[in-house]
Amino acid sequence: MTALPATTTRQLGLVIDLDTCVGCQACVIACKGWNTENYGAPLSDQDPYGTPSGTFLNRVHSYEVQPETGSAQLVHFPKSCLHCEDAPCVTVCPTGASYKRVEDGIVLVNETDCMGCGLCAWACPYGARELDLAAGVMKKCTLCVDRIYNDNLPEEDREPACVRTCPAGARHFGDFADPDSHVSRLTKERDGMDLMPEQGTKPVNKYLPPRPRDQIDVLAPLLNPVAEEPTGFLRWLDKALERL
Amino acid sequence: MHPAPSVILFTTLSGLGFGLLAFLGLGMPDVTGGSALAFYGIGFALAVGGLVASTFHLANPKNAIKAFREWRTSWLSREGVAAVLTLTVAGLCAVGAAFFDTRLAPLGWLSTALALFTVHCTAMIYAQLKTVPRWHQIWTPVHFLTTAIAGGALLAGQVSLAMPLLLLAGGVQWVTWVQGDKRFAAAGTTLETATGLGAIGTPRPFEPPHTGSNYLLREMVHVVGRKHSQKLRLIAVALMSVVPVICLLLPFNHLLAALAVLAHLLGVLVARWLFFAQAEHVVGLYYGGR
Repeated sequence: MTALPATTTRQLGLVIDLDTCVGCQACVIACKGWNTENYGAPLSDQDPYGTPSGTFLNRVHSYEVQPETGSAQLVHFPKSCLHCEDAPCVTVCPTGASYKRVEDGIVLVNETDCMGCGLCAWACPYGARELDLAAGVMKKCTLCVDRIYNDNLPEEDREPACVRTCPAGARHFGDFADPDSHVSRLTKERDGMDLMPEQGTKPVNKYLPPRPRDQIDVLAPLLNPVAEEPTGFLRWLDKALERL
Repeated sequence: MHPAPSVILFTTLSGLGFGLLAFLGLGMPDVTGGSALAFYGIGFALAVGGLVASTFHLANPKNAIKAFREWRTSWLSREGVAAVLTLTVAGLCAVGAAFFDTRLAPLGWLSTALALFTVHCTAMIYAQLKTVPRWHQIWTPVHFLTTAIAGGALLAGQVSLAMPLLLLAGGVQWVTWVQGDKRFAAAGTTLETATGLGAIGTPRPFEPPHTGSNYLLREMVHVVGRKHSQKLRLIAVALMSVVPVICLLLPFNHLLAALAVLAHLLGVLVARWLFFAQAEHVVGLYYGGR
């Protein structure tokens, strides 16, 4: 059924910390690795040793942000499915392959029903869905549904592969329906934000904005130039060289 | 958006076919016997041809039969259901007219209503997408319906009706373009809102996530041919509206009638190519494009 549930018991999702992400792409590789070998059709690559193109469920962009004053800042920006409350990709699906789970809010694709029309990818503003060219079905982040409930894995591994692998601790997994959860508190404390709020998708995943630079740059005062104008011998040298 | 030939042919041919079936349902022209077979045959060929073309767009067509399931939420599913209902009812009308020399008026009216609803569903597949602001406007279904009705009138040989309808379709097409040009800015989606980084400064793409291309770029950040859009708009409206009207104004001749239909078809094809090629998806913002 492609009707969206009115509410979900839990709201599983990610918090992505743009302040901490170092753009190492480890989450991209961990995601591709896990999701190629486990649930659903593998994430194929086309012409990997020529002009490569492949299916990824998580990609890391990098943006330069120029504030009104001061130097520009580089922000690494991981992007995967945001498991929206009002997911437009689900309602457009004609076959019922796309659905949002009532129990935890995860948006999934049933690959045995997908006809590969691509309309859900058109409906997603975030580019979170990619049609796999080898399998002909739509692929998207499953929030590693085959890890998080997997009793065969040690408990510390029961979280999405991208979160498990992140060396910077920039990705957090949890239940947003619980106001006391790790992710809910992070979102509250750090003003977690929605991407493209004007699209009305009500994304579950939240992004933590980069912290202002001057608060953490403890070295800055020590690196200021100590003298603007030379004095003494240097002043004489400066003048002498100018006269030459 | 990528102007795939399959979807351009689908919207153009099925629109024209259902437009013709809409007129046949009203008994315009009130045909029986062999000529009913010919008229309904053309209508079915165009409508079914368009639907078949649309399946070439599917990456996994073996599941296409499941597309009739989700009509409660999905315009694409509604389009499929409406098309099958229209073809069934129009098929009954065709059998009645061709073999039993009878026209059941209420059944005809039903087929007309269904045919127009099918065209509306086709338009809503695109108009529902908030992610493509140019399509997400009331003018998209108005344009699809007026074009289908005008083309239907032309094919049904309703000369006096076709002339104003063709001019109306051309005018609506132009308004759709002009209104569409403003939609992306009006939607308010920018790289600032897409990244949430607008609060700390002006973001600029620094490095893309991948060195090659990908599905998203090929499908939704398609920029080919946009520089000729103004010229193509003039060509499209001239072919779909002006040339057929001139042909209809001249004394009737089968060659001129064929020319009118051909010009209209070509014009709508050009317009539909522009419909996709000019449509900008918000995901392009993440890549510094549109």
